Amino acid sequence: MTDALRRDWPAHLVLLIGVALFVLPVWLVFAGSTQSPAAISRGELSLVPDLGGLSVYRDVLTRAPPGASPVWRMLMISAGMALAIAFGKIVISVLSAYAVTFFRFPLRMLCFWTIFITLMLPVEVRIIPTYAVMSDFHLINTFGGLTVPLIASATATLLFRQVFLTIPDELMEAARMDGAGPWRFLRDMLLPVSAANLAALFVILFVYGWNQYLWPLIVSTDPKMDTIVIGIVKMIGTETQTEWNQVMATAVLALIPPVAIVVLMQRWFVKGLTEGEK
Amino acid sequence: MERRTIFGGRLLPAALVLPQLALTFFFFLWPAAQAIYYSVERQDPFGLNSQFAGLENFSDLFSDPLYLDSVQRTAVFVVCVCALSMAVALLLAVCADRELRGRGVYRTLLIWPYAIAPAISAVLWILLMHPQIGLIGRWLNRVGIPWDYKLNSFQAMLIVVLASAWKQVSYNFIFFLAGLQSIPRTVIEAARMDGARGARRFRTIVMPLLAPTTFFLIVINIVYAAFDTFPTILALTQGGPGKATETLVVKVYRDGIVNLDLGSSSAQSVVLMLAVIALTMVQFRFIGRKAAP
Repeated sequence: MTDALRRDWPAHLVLLIGVALFVLPVWLVFAGSTQSPAAISRGELSLVPDLGGLSVYRDVLTRAPPGASPVWRMLMISAGMALAIAFGKIVISVLSAYAVTFFRFPLRMLCFWTIFITLMLPVEVRIIPTYAVMSDFHLINTFGGLTVPLIASATATLLFRQVFLTIPDELMEAARMDGAGPWRFLRDMLLPVSAANLAALFVILFVYGWNQYLWPLIVSTDPKMDTIVIGIVKMIGTETQTEWNQVMATAVLALIPPVAIVVLMQRWFVKGLTEGEK
Repeated sequence: MERRTIFGGRLLPAALVLPQLALTFFFFLWPAAQAIYYSVERQDPFGLNSQFAGLENFSDLFSDPLYLDSVQRTAVFVVCVCALSMAVALLLAVCADRELRGRGVYRTLLIWPYAIAPAISAVLWILLMHPQIGLIGRWLNRVGIPWDYKLNSFQAMLIVVLASAWKQVSYNFIFFLAGLQSIPRTVIEAARMDGARGARRFRTIVMPLLAPTTFFLIVINIVYAAFDTFPTILALTQGGPGKATETLVVKVYRDGIVNLDLGSSSAQSVVLMLAVIALTMVQFRFIGRKAAP
């Protein structure tokens, strides 16, 4: 035993338990997905995956029970929804933050506060009236309905405003001296300077979009528009004759895309999250 | 803070904020106004006519024992979720902040659960705790502890608290770790030289310096536990058994979408909106984020 290990073992122990708390459930579900549904129903879950059972992934991806979408379609809808929300939010938030930071116009403060008061108003508290608005706009069961209402974002606007406020006035003066107009300044100066924030926000918003549940539950009743998160909760719902290995495989597939994005972009994401929200 | 140099023009900035304002109006302000409107209207049982009812829906709400039960249940749920997820996250963050071998790996392995959807967290917990197929659920029954969260109210509450807190640990961990890392090493060293031991150093030096992070996280966790856990509860217990896990948001959903009681569910929505606005104010008042442009 080295000195460092002798001194640090309690911290290692706590961290290992902490890691196990998150990795083990997912591992169990992955191992379960490769086993036969009969064995799972008998409660004979093994910690060791059965490699022969991996074909369940091909099955759930392509085949679907009547009245449901195959998993690949649900994954595509979730991906489309997450990307549309992430890009949509970033574009309109950059534009509005740019307007309130670099321009003076009538009602500027009113615009800012209008955006600001929606900061923490989650969709959950305005379920019923928002549904009414959606049906007035004929957005029920459409891709637009899934995405457009979630694109308004006070958080992202505030974040970009804070980033833009740190741009020194001298930079802007220099740009104007060189004859740069508002669009060139935005494209050639502001966006490159805020690249790290853009990347961080992309991760946060992608996860936000992918993980939506209540909103798609309300605005899409057609199984063709089911996201993967909706789809898997539906699979669990019909508990009597559930093919549990398929549910487990679907859960694993639903986790992979957002987890991959968080892990691959971890450095930017952590920095952007903690700097942006404080 | 105001900028000294700005671009001229009025049409361009107006056009730039227009998309954001339009979305905010149609999907935030208009529905909120509708909720307020319906909350002071009373509909006949067929939904054909309605008339102005003043604050009747609200007084009905606050004299309804079912609603007050739900308020109390939500409070217990929120406190448990916040306390549990923040305590575990703080412990892990304190350990991960030390100069350990392999701390980068630990951090990644504790950060990835940020990506887990609340609904997916519920699915994972069902697959573990289900009385027939769940590994832990079956084991509990085998060793003689009767376990069925679909029948037992306490167990139902326990499992929604655990699943909700579990999902939130990584978020809190990220913030606590960032907070700890921003404490200058020299401050800690100075305390060490003065002879303050581990636990005392933590209580008198680290905790006060972490207070802004902690406070921020309390507000965020309250909002998370009260609102964002809706999918977790719906997937795990549907608010049952009976009403054992019916929090306020689940109740709005059941009353509005399932039972189509427009007046009462709108009044409930308005109450929740006021709560969220109050939390937002608290957040900005005490944390002092600059709000004006």
